[in-house]
Amino acid sequence: MPNLLELLTGRKPASAGQAKQRLQFVLQTDRTNLTPKMLADLKDELMQVISRYVEIDPDTVNISMTHEGREHRLVADIPLKATHR
Amino acid sequence: MTAKVVTISSGKGGVGKTTTTANLAVALASQGQKVTCIDADIGLRNLDVVMGLENRIVYDLVEVVEGRCRVRQAMIRDKRLPELYLIPSAQTRDKNSVSPSDMIALCDELRPEMDWILIDCPAGIERGFRNAIAPADLVLVVTNPEVSSVRDADRIIGLVEAEEKGPAQLIINRLNPALVKRGDMLTAEDVLELLAIELIGVIPEDENVVISTNRGQPVTLDGKNRAAVAFHNIARRLRGEKVPFMNLEEKDGFFDRFARLFRTGGSNA
Repeated sequence: MPNLLELLTGRKPASAGQAKQRLQFVLQTDRTNLTPKMLADLKDELMQVISRYVEIDPDTVNISMTHEGREHRLVADIPLKATHR
Repeated sequence: MTAKVVTISSGKGGVGKTTTTANLAVALASQGQKVTCIDADIGLRNLDVVMGLENRIVYDLVEVVEGRCRVRQAMIRDKRLPELYLIPSAQTRDKNSVSPSDMIALCDELRPEMDWILIDCPAGIERGFRNAIAPADLVLVVTNPEVSSVRDADRIIGLVEAEEKGPAQLIINRLNPALVKRGDMLTAEDVLELLAIELIGVIPEDENVVISTNRGQPVTLDGKNRAAVAFHNIARRLRGEKVPFMNLEEKDGFFDRFARLFRTGGSNA
């Protein structure tokens, strides 16, 4: 919702936040050579491999990129389904 | 005396590499340092005209490298300061006329006589860039607080690291405090967080830079304005001094206070 000032002046919300967000995204891709599509494919294949050994719930798997300074890290959080034997 | 070789790069063109080189050279020289700057942008010579020395060129970088003159003959002395020299680039040659090892040899010859050698790097990531960073002890990356130049700066920082010339240090140029305040320009902190390298200075956008460049007198020569002070501060940091960063925040005007009133009102709705 535009606030009163935006309605009065016709100005859009500040753009710096968008610039930062877009840059975070593009720099990650530039630095790692890993596009979002590749990351999604990687996740799918990884889940297939893991499923051959243990039972997992695809909806709970979280594979994401984190970074500390200029170093990037692929983090996979893969909860296992409880086994009832 | 052994000079430190500092290369000023950016990746993207037009962010202020040449202006930064000229002003850091003037700032260092006015602080009593012996400085030579080298324009490594072969074919697109510009440092001469920004420094106001374009009428005094006799020999150029390529002629030095090819052995057609001595280094001293190609060094134009800036008479406004005790020890400031420029080795101009060649205007009618291409980047392949000089190799990285030529640049290393040239700097090695100059090192004993100077405190600082500043190299103005061409835009791009090809041969000219390789030439300019080959002799560097330190690479400075100049960026503006906007998407394309930050992205290109990131590429350069990565390449400098890969060439084992890192870690590069960052200069944020042309920061517009009014735009930042309005939320329409990345803050220095934003850029720093994105690029994750050490910051050596922030230069505010300042019309005095344009005016002084028009005149061929780098703004640091006698300027007391904020851009001049910012360049002087970088020069002092290069020399190892701890200089606090300038406060570039815009003061609140009447309209800002008025606008904030509305904004808080709006966000409560």
